[in-house]
Amino acid sequence: MYFLKRILTMIPLLLIISFMAFALIRVAPGGPFDRERKPASPEIERALRAKYHLDEPLVKQYFRYLGGVLKGDFGPSLKYRNHTVNDIIKQGLPVSLALGGMAFCFAMGVGIPLGFYTAVRRGQWGDYIGSFFALLAFCIPAFVVGPVLIMIFAMKLQWLPVALWHSPLHFILPTVALGLYFSGRIARLMREGMTDTLHAGFITTARAKGLSESAILWKHAFRLAVLPVVSYSGPLLADLLTGSFVVENIFRIPGIGVFMVNSTINRDYTMVVGLVLLYAVLLLVMNLLVDLSYSLLDRRVRYE
Amino acid sequence: MKSLTRLLGNSSGRLRFFWRQICRNLAASAAITLAGLGTSGCSSAVTEQADIVIINGAEPESLDPAIITGQGEARIVRGLFEGLTRLDPKDAVPVPGLAERWEILNDGSVYIFHLRTNAVWSTGEPINVDDVIYSWLRVLDPMTGAEYAGQLFFIKNAEEYNTGKIKNPSALGIHKMDDYTLRVELTGPTPFFLDLAAFPTLAVVPRDSIEKHSDRWIMEKPLPTSGPYTLESWRIHDRVRLRKNPRHWDAANVQNTLVDFIPMESAMTAMNLYLSGQADILWDKTIIPSELMDVLSLRPDCHQFDYLGTFFMRFNVTRKPFDDVRVRKAFSMVIDKQRIVEKITRAGEKPATHFVPKGMVTYQPPKGLAYDPETARKLMAEAGYPGGKGFPTVVYLLKSGKLDEQIGVELQAMFKEHLGVRMELRQAEWKVYLAAQSALDYDLSRSSWIGDYNDPNTFLDMFMGDNGNNRTGWKNPRYDELIREGNRQVDPKKREKILQEAEVLLIREEVPIAPLYFYAGVNFFRPKEIEGIYFNLLDEHPIHAIRRVSRNRESRN
Repeated sequence: MYFLKRILTMIPLLLIISFMAFALIRVAPGGPFDRERKPASPEIERALRAKYHLDEPLVKQYFRYLGGVLKGDFGPSLKYRNHTVNDIIKQGLPVSLALGGMAFCFAMGVGIPLGFYTAVRRGQWGDYIGSFFALLAFCIPAFVVGPVLIMIFAMKLQWLPVALWHSPLHFILPTVALGLYFSGRIARLMREGMTDTLHAGFITTARAKGLSESAILWKHAFRLAVLPVVSYSGPLLADLLTGSFVVENIFRIPGIGVFMVNSTINRDYTMVVGLVLLYAVLLLVMNLLVDLSYSLLDRRVRYE
Repeated sequence: MKSLTRLLGNSSGRLRFFWRQICRNLAASAAITLAGLGTSGCSSAVTEQADIVIINGAEPESLDPAIITGQGEARIVRGLFEGLTRLDPKDAVPVPGLAERWEILNDGSVYIFHLRTNAVWSTGEPINVDDVIYSWLRVLDPMTGAEYAGQLFFIKNAEEYNTGKIKNPSALGIHKMDDYTLRVELTGPTPFFLDLAAFPTLAVVPRDSIEKHSDRWIMEKPLPTSGPYTLESWRIHDRVRLRKNPRHWDAANVQNTLVDFIPMESAMTAMNLYLSGQADILWDKTIIPSELMDVLSLRPDCHQFDYLGTFFMRFNVTRKPFDDVRVRKAFSMVIDKQRIVEKITRAGEKPATHFVPKGMVTYQPPKGLAYDPETARKLMAEAGYPGGKGFPTVVYLLKSGKLDEQIGVELQAMFKEHLGVRMELRQAEWKVYLAAQSALDYDLSRSSWIGDYNDPNTFLDMFMGDNGNNRTGWKNPRYDELIREGNRQVDPKKREKILQEAEVLLIREEVPIAPLYFYAGVNFFRPKEIEGIYFNLLDEHPIHAIRRVSRNRESRN
């Protein structure tokens, strides 16, 4: 019941989001057909605006657009005039999903064990070294990591390709470049969660009961300690799956992350709204999944 | 370390159950990953290796010849769709394309084109005059949204047809004499009409496909093309792949079979890809890392040459203080252009005092205002601002970009030093910059212009009073009349003189603009591996002439 209600509230939310995006991008100065060189005659520009219904009142345009969206049609791209927004998303999203998914696995796969380990080894050398690396990963942005990785592994050692997205070998560097920052973040979240939990009363009780250390850490502590990571993982996944402008740009990856930024710069109205909607839906769904997994992980959480 | 290995090793039944729960998101993302990989570039990775891989600048907005506006797109489209003429790979002058010969009548205002009878679409059907007429009318139809339709306005009544003043296409100066003969009447002698006929906007496109698929016709498979290549595949932001068209009339002379165009926006990535040998040619100026040019330009595979483009500054002549020609002259005379090309741009650009670049066969540009701070200060004093006293703070409008910013800062310092005036920089993203410039919402504005064809008109007509590209507020009936007169003139020497007179107005007498430098063409390719790229003013290198001579790994580093 609770989740049904949650899903229903998404609808007005998405309507508001789409209308805001739809209106705001049109308010921004300049339009999709402005360039260095003016069209040969004003009639051409007028015809273009009429073709894409930009000459209609805003509300009418919006409802026309909404009608299309309900049929699954996000309209033509105003910048890439041989393509529809659906074409571009269909080609770019799988790539971004793949990259984002791999980066997510990398971030979790490195971050959770690292955080766990440093918490268990608190105050010892293992903690200092592990935490240092987590902090390092957390502090260096992708636009530094990417070029450094390329310089070492692609240019100097020539083990991996410089850029593009044509074979599994091409996936490695971008995955690390994108995932590294988040692995550091997750390690820190995990470490804090674990440290807090290990100080909780029920852990002392478990110790007093004489449970083995591994049962305490895994069965009792980990479960609660991982909650901050879980709640962070939802928006993170939504973020990663919709692509990264920086990483896709550095490695010339044909995802949709590049469009997230460029469509705004290009005033590609339909593309902007389409991508905003895509991102919003992903974010809402991921948050819902996170809440769902909360009830599974922490028995104290119940949704009515 | 001990406890961790012990912990990880201890994954008994209950723990596995637990893992399943916390890894919910992980599993979901893994599933998405796999699904993504299945449909992404990975599976569609083409095993066939291209003969030539070209890094080509931004993703093409379109491959429809009527719609494209950028050089990167044109370089691909010229391979797919041919016009009556096409460009010679060496010097980019028009040579026979779909037309095998032509006659020029009435002092150059009538052209009779004879089409090849052996020209066919890549799908086998013959190409005839109807295809040419259809393609041109399509460009002129405002509904097509062909922003470059102006390339056809030199044809009689074409502009009137485009703007709706004439509805009947038979009133146009485009007449079919028979299936293979076309008569074109122009508004006047247009010495560059054969150049225009080679321009992508005038290329011949397949009517049936367009009428069947409208905006997405270019994605039709198989796509009928009129040029030396067919479109093998186009994955957005990934690559455009062309394959040799065996049915093209000149297929025997096409030097390669498979050509990849890689779209690219990051200069560093472009250079890395090229240096690592994964691309053969890097030829887009927007993705050359200018900060490394002092090192890169010493390489034997870096090729620099003169190019038909000018970087300049617009004055808004409708606003004080730049409504005063003395002030405009003074600003123009204190710009140390040598310094800008040596310290900032560094890719072989040349300082400019005139607007039309040097190197055109038919035109020698006049000298403009020289660097002369002494005179500039005098002019400022005459205008009522001795030593910059009483001069308002002016704003320089520029687009985002490192190079543009550096030039802005340099100008700021020059105006301060020599004229004692304060200039602020207003950096705006591309579309905001364009909108502000069009609305004359600026004092000074960074500007640039790239010529379309090898004739001074491609630079000079933009400053006619009612031209949408003027954007300075400057209107001069004498200038407009000179341009018109020049384009009516049959004698090339006389025409040159008239156009020079117009340019003198622009750069020496009225000065609505201050030219800074001429762009340079920069191409990277390894001469031991790639042949058939020649350097010309238009920076056009028809791909059918490009040939791989070896795959020499050694020269790649």
